[in-house]
Amino acid sequence: MAEVTDQDSESGRGSVYRVAGTLNIARAATTQREIDALPDPVTIDLSDIKRMDTVGAWIVYRTVRDRGAKVIGASHDEVSLLEQVEEFDVPTRVVPDDPHNFLAGVRELGEWVAEAGVTLVGLLGFFGATLIGFGNVIRRPKRFRLNAVVQRFDVVGVRALGIIGLMSFLIGIVVAQQGAVQLAQFGAEVYTINLIGRITVRELGVLMTAIMVAGRSGSAFAAQIGTMKITEEIDAMRTIGVSPVEALVLPRMMAAVFMMPLLAFWAMLTALLGGGIFVWLDLQIPPLTYIQRLQEVVPMTDLWIALIKAPVFGFIIALSGCFQGMLVQGNSEEVGSRTTNAVVQSIFLVIVLDAVFAVFFSSIGWV
Amino acid sequence: MIPPGEVPPGCQPVITIHGLRNSFGEQVVHDDLDLAVCKGEILGVVGGSGTGKSVLLRSIIGLQTPDQGEIEVLGENMVGRTEDEAKNIRRRWGILFQNGALFSTLTVAENVEVPIREYFPFIKPPLLDEIASYKIAMGGLPPDAGPKYPSELSGGMVKRAGLARALALDPELLFLDEPTSGLDPIAAAAFDQLVRGLKERLGLTIFLITHDLDTLHAVCDRIAVLADKKVIGVGTIPELLALDHPWIQEYFNGPRGRSAAGSYKEGVVA
Repeated sequence: MAEVTDQDSESGRGSVYRVAGTLNIARAATTQREIDALPDPVTIDLSDIKRMDTVGAWIVYRTVRDRGAKVIGASHDEVSLLEQVEEFDVPTRVVPDDPHNFLAGVRELGEWVAEAGVTLVGLLGFFGATLIGFGNVIRRPKRFRLNAVVQRFDVVGVRALGIIGLMSFLIGIVVAQQGAVQLAQFGAEVYTINLIGRITVRELGVLMTAIMVAGRSGSAFAAQIGTMKITEEIDAMRTIGVSPVEALVLPRMMAAVFMMPLLAFWAMLTALLGGGIFVWLDLQIPPLTYIQRLQEVVPMTDLWIALIKAPVFGFIIALSGCFQGMLVQGNSEEVGSRTTNAVVQSIFLVIVLDAVFAVFFSSIGWV
Repeated sequence: MIPPGEVPPGCQPVITIHGLRNSFGEQVVHDDLDLAVCKGEILGVVGGSGTGKSVLLRSIIGLQTPDQGEIEVLGENMVGRTEDEAKNIRRRWGILFQNGALFSTLTVAENVEVPIREYFPFIKPPLLDEIASYKIAMGGLPPDAGPKYPSELSGGMVKRAGLARALALDPELLFLDEPTSGLDPIAAAAFDQLVRGLKERLGLTIFLITHDLDTLHAVCDRIAVLADKKVIGVGTIPELLALDHPWIQEYFNGPRGRSAAGSYKEGVVA
C-alpha cells in the first residue's frame, strides 16, 4: 500500500510530492492524476519508497521530462531504473495513420473496383486452368484420381443428405403453411398443391441446395486448399510434379457438379413430402390426391430446368471455393477471410445465374 | 550436483514442481517430475522432441491440468485453481509463445496495451501509449514498429513484439518458449543479448525452453534436461556433463554441441 502526501514547500511556491511504499503499475493512474494536480515546480521525493517498477519510473521520468520536476532522495536502484526508462524513451505511434477524408474514400472505392476486376479476371483464368487440367486428364485417363473423386463424392454428396433433407422438408412445410393461409382468403386452398409443386421443383429445391452446398462444401474447399497453401503443401506438390489442379481442384469440382443434381432432386422430394404431410394434416387432402394433383400441375420441364441448373451451380460453387483457396497467401488470418469470400461469391453468382436461367427458360416457352 | 526437485542453497524458489504427471490417453509424457526454479536465474529447459517441454510449460502456466502433482508458482499453488484465483498470479508473469501469438487484428502497440487495459483500466492515453512505447523499445523494436500489424512483421520482430507484450505488466517471472527458433544466427544472438540484458536490468526470473545450444551457453544460468519422462538433471553444462546419461552426452558432446561450446570458450561470441 502506497501512501502519497503532497505539501507546499516552505517558500510557498511549488510543491513536493512524497511517495511512500510502492510505486508500481497498480498505482500508476492515481499517482499520475495526483501529480497532474500539483502546481509547478514539482519536486518528487523518493526517499521513503520501498519498491518501484518501470511504470512507476516512467511516471517519475515523464514528470521530469515534461515539467522539469526535481527528483530527490532516489537510491541507487531507483536512479538506475530511471536511467533505463529514459534510454527507452523512443515515442512510437499506436495505430497507423488513417486519414478520414473524401480522397481516402474515393481511393478506397477505386481500390475496391480494381480488386473486383482483378478477382473476376483471376476467376476466369482459374476456370481456364481447370479446363486445361480436365483436358489433360481426358487425354491421359491414367492420371484420373478415382479415389480422391469417390472420397469427395462421399463428403460433398452422401454426408449432406441428412441436413439437406431436413432443411427441404421444413421448407416444404413452410411453403405449404404460408400458401394455405394466403390462398384460404380466396377459398382456393387446393391451389396450395400447385404452389408447393412448382416452387419447390422449379426454384427452391435447387436454390436452397446450392446455398447449403456453398456453405458446407464451398467453404470447406476454400479452407482446405487455403491451409494447404499456407503449409506449403501446394508448393511441395508442384515441385514433385503433381498438378494441384488435377489433384485437388478437379476431384472437388467433379464432386460438386455430379452431386448437386442428385442433392437437388433429393431436396425436391423431401420438400414435396413436407408439403404433402402439411396439406394432409391441415387441409385434409389425402396423400393419393396430393400425388395425382402434383402430376397434373407440375410440368416435366420444371424438373428439367432444375436438373440443368444444378450442375452449373455446383460448378460455380466449386470454382469459387477452390479459386479463393488458391488465392490464400501469407497468414492463417487470410484462410478465414478467403473462406468467407468463397461463400459470399458463390452464393451471389448462383443467384445471379438463377435469374438469368429464369428469364431464359421463360423466353423459350418453358413456363 | 543436487537432485532436480531440491532447492539449492541460497535459492529463493519461484517455481517448484513435485511429482508432476501428465498423460494424453495411453501416452505418459511426464511421470513423477520434480523441478525448482530460483529467483533471479535464467533456467534453460532442453530435451529431445516429444519429451514434453511445451507440456511442462503449459502445466506451469495453467493451460494444461496435470493428472497428478503439485506446482507452486510465486508462492501460490497452481493446480486446481479457479479462473478468478489464477488472475492475480497471471499479472505477475509474462509469456512469450513460440510463434509470438500476437493478436492479429491489433497493432504491435495495441498488443502491448492489451494486458495493461485488462488489469489496469484506469490507465488512459497518453500515459498508456507512452508505456507501450517504452515497452516496445525495451523489446528492441524500432519506434516505427508500433503502428504495424503482426502480418507486416518479420519473424524476429514478431518475437520481439511478443516479448514487449510479455513485459507489459512488469512481470517478476518470464516464460520464453523457444525464443530463438526460426531466427537467423545474428538475430538469435541479438535476442539472447536482449534477454540477458533484460534479466539483469529488471531482475527477472526466466524460464526458457530452447533447442538452441548457443542460447544455452550465452544466457542460461542453469539448465534442466528433460528425458525419460522427468527432469534427469539440473545444473551448469559442466555439472550436467558429469552425469553419465547418453542423451546429455550426445547433446552437449555431439558435433553441434562441441562447436557451440568451443566458440564460447574461445570468446568468438561475446
